[in-house]
Amino acid sequence: MNLLGKLDWSAIPFNQPIIMGASGFMILGVVFVLALITFKGYWPYLWREWLTSVDHKRIGVMYCVLALVMMLRGFADAIMMRAQQAVAAGGAHGYLPPEHFDQIFSAHGTIMIFFMAMPFMIGLMNFAVPLQLGVRDVAFPTLNSVSLWLTASGILLVNISLVVGEFAKTGWVAYPPLSELQFSPGVGVDYYLWALQISGIGTLMTGINFVATILKMRAPGMGYMRMPVFCWTALATNLLIVAAFPVLTATFAMLLLDRYLGFHFFTLAGQGNQMMYVSLFWVWGHPEVYILVLPAFGIFSEVISTFSGKALFGYRSMVAATMAICILSFLVWLHHFFTMGATADVNGFFGVMTMIIAVPTGVKVFNWLFTMYGGRVRFTVPVLWSLGFMVTFVIGGMTGVLMAVPPADFQVHNSLFLVAHFHNVIIGGVVFGAMAGYNYWFPKAFGFRLDERWGRASFWCWLIGFYIAFMPLYVLGLMGMTRRMQHYDNLSWQPWLVAAAVGALVILAGIVCQIVQLIVSIRTREKHRDVTGDPWNGRTLEWSTASPPPAWNFAVLPHVTERDSYWSRKRSAKANAPATPRKYEPIEMPRNSPTGFINAFFAVVTGFALIWHIWWMAALGVFGALVTILFFTFRQQEEVEISAEQLAQFDRAHHTEVAI
Amino acid sequence: MRYIAPALALTSAATLGGCSEGVLNPQGPIALAERQILFNSLGIMLAIVIPTILATFGVAIWFRSSNRRAVYMPDFAYSGRLELIVWSIPAMTVLLVGGVAWVGAHDLDPRKAITSAVKPVTVQVVSLDWKWLFIYPDQGIASVNRLTVPVGTPISFELTSSGVMNSFFVPQLGTQIYTMSGMVTHVQLQADHPGTYPGLSAQFSGDGFADMRFSVDAVPADEFAGWVTATRSTGPTLDARTYADLAKPSERVSPFTYRAVASDLFNRIVMSGTTPDETSQSTCSQSQRAEQ
Repeated sequence: MNLLGKLDWSAIPFNQPIIMGASGFMILGVVFVLALITFKGYWPYLWREWLTSVDHKRIGVMYCVLALVMMLRGFADAIMMRAQQAVAAGGAHGYLPPEHFDQIFSAHGTIMIFFMAMPFMIGLMNFAVPLQLGVRDVAFPTLNSVSLWLTASGILLVNISLVVGEFAKTGWVAYPPLSELQFSPGVGVDYYLWALQISGIGTLMTGINFVATILKMRAPGMGYMRMPVFCWTALATNLLIVAAFPVLTATFAMLLLDRYLGFHFFTLAGQGNQMMYVSLFWVWGHPEVYILVLPAFGIFSEVISTFSGKALFGYRSMVAATMAICILSFLVWLHHFFTMGATADVNGFFGVMTMIIAVPTGVKVFNWLFTMYGGRVRFTVPVLWSLGFMVTFVIGGMTGVLMAVPPADFQVHNSLFLVAHFHNVIIGGVVFGAMAGYNYWFPKAFGFRLDERWGRASFWCWLIGFYIAFMPLYVLGLMGMTRRMQHYDNLSWQPWLVAAAVGALVILAGIVCQIVQLIVSIRTREKHRDVTGDPWNGRTLEWSTASPPPAWNFAVLPHVTERDSYWSRKRSAKANAPATPRKYEPIEMPRNSPTGFINAFFAVVTGFALIWHIWWMAALGVFGALVTILFFTFRQQEEVEISAEQLAQFDRAHHTEVAI
Repeated sequence: MRYIAPALALTSAATLGGCSEGVLNPQGPIALAERQILFNSLGIMLAIVIPTILATFGVAIWFRSSNRRAVYMPDFAYSGRLELIVWSIPAMTVLLVGGVAWVGAHDLDPRKAITSAVKPVTVQVVSLDWKWLFIYPDQGIASVNRLTVPVGTPISFELTSSGVMNSFFVPQLGTQIYTMSGMVTHVQLQADHPGTYPGLSAQFSGDGFADMRFSVDAVPADEFAGWVTATRSTGPTLDARTYADLAKPSERVSPFTYRAVASDLFNRIVMSGTTPDETSQSTCSQSQRAEQ
């Protein structure tokens, strides 16, 4: 028996210069960062204040950092694919052999959906939702940290696959029978499955955490109809997570049973049913789209309302539309496989249901429009992203409805038209939303604003780059080009693919501008410093506390009497009214805990061991995780007390908190 | 408008030239009807999308904070009448497009027979790693990677897969359909004009996927009869043994034909995906591939 299961030196692709180069670059980067931290002696600080933190704001920031780093990884994949397709025309086969190209598009999809878009949205929700609700933390702070680090575990596993072994060559949806052992005997699909199982559990716990937080932990007086719209969209998103992610976990569990224990859920032999996987995958997959885009809708609502200096138009409509989308998103999944031979009634039904979702979405667009109407729109960077979104998303929504017409889908299913469509909504909706949120809440998180000039440059590069990169794909789809082609004969496709590659380079410029924006802003932070805690003339409670907010968010919990309570408070407050003397009471905050981090360490060990069939190590990993959780369960002290004096002292130092 | 303009320009450029092999250049009744549906739905939606985009720019620019001529109404946050309009515009659009979708889904149901005086020709399609097998059960012949069909005749396809999923797609003839092992899907297509049309797999199926293409030769009926006769006289025969050879993974297979086909071969291929005993035999080639 081999002590290391399937693992040996052949797992490292020494003979593939591109992979080794990329891995080398990645490893060097990681080593450099670790060395820098060690050299500067930051470890104790990092461990104490960040890695073991259960503060929702810090967890949110760490989620966003993960997302931004993974955006670079996913984008590197994108550039490689665009370059490959730009050159592999006619007899040429490009520089990526199929077995490598197949891994790249699978990794790109997996990373961008699960490890870029998801963490970004979850990060922004983590940061903003408790602040907007006027509370001090989420319902289960340590669980929150466990969720974060499980996501990080999944990310680590996917990136290990670059160096040790391979990633899935099945596309990010991993349809059987292709993803079964018979056709994918390597470890690629196992990396995919275990990475997503582990991070999926983290996501599910986030969902539970936030549903509990929003339903049970609002500031005194904040009824449901007084919640900021972002909280509503966060509620809808997390309800969707709670309802949809177990389906994904169960589906992957079945595929894992097929692959590890010889079950026959989706295999060719033994009467497995491959369509069952496809159906279950999309039962999760379509709500997932709304899991990503609903928080983005919430961000745009906040941004547009704040920078128009107006309350959101049609708040009740917005809430109704959000919840309608939340429910309808479970009734449309079949439109991902109209072309699998369902009857006309079934296809027709799901086509029409899909379009019905466009109604609440359209309502939202109009309501944003009327929010700006009669406002004083300040064209800050978050507003630019929002306007870019409104235009881009409407186009993406239109092509989506187009594909919801079954006979139209018969012609463009799986074509580059589809690829263009979902990038149109995911970049135009989710990524633009994430960027708007990042620019909007950054000053709240760090106490200084991001540089406007570089932010604008980044926006324009992204926007223009997006159109140059993806409009040609619509054309190519209509020209009959299908997705995931490593090379092609039709030379008339090539100019469009070259254009798309140029567009990807323009987006790259946008990403570079973003990095520069961050560096420039940090270097000139004194110039961008915000001491008021309210740099944008905000409306919701997060702007009523200091920037960055103290660990306890609010020394005294705000009393909410209406919607946009901070805004109305500012309007009614007399400029020279004496501040009401506040009565501070000691509060208890959850203690930082290394549980999440250690648990994630064992999760990585377990995942890696299962991927390589190193059974003893897997057992050790599970045991370690169990002990960690038991250790946490029997903790002696779970909270730290913050004295009234400490609270008063902080408030005196930051004369910010307006008593509400 | 500045954003939709390039999109429109691109689309129209594609319509005018450059996409002679795409879905906008239909060569049969199904593809023609589908293009019409594509245009109709697009037209209905553009009628609302373009004004919305224009309004977005108009409102954002007019109500910019530096424009002091614009009225500031900080409390304008609700209007019942506007809300009614806001809900009814997208609802009415969806009503129209939804009608198109429902009717279209029924009119162009893949398994629906094309109304024609001509008797349909049946072709059984098997997707293999990584090539296409076309069996003509009535003619008793088969062909690999080239599909020859008579013009103006409905072709009734029955499709399955030897292993992984694929999607049978001839953009200029319309309606793609998945091929799945152990299952049979159906589609009826027709070519109206003689010519050669590219066909491909539209569902990723592994390393050889990019070359999993075939061509459709649409020929006049008498020429088709000639082709059948000629095919019957040359080439190997297709039976369980030669099929097992063919099923082994291979890439870029040049088109060739079989002069005869074992009867009921297609059904046995379909059944091999469902019964455990035969599976072990017919998939031994796939486990060889797994060892690769």
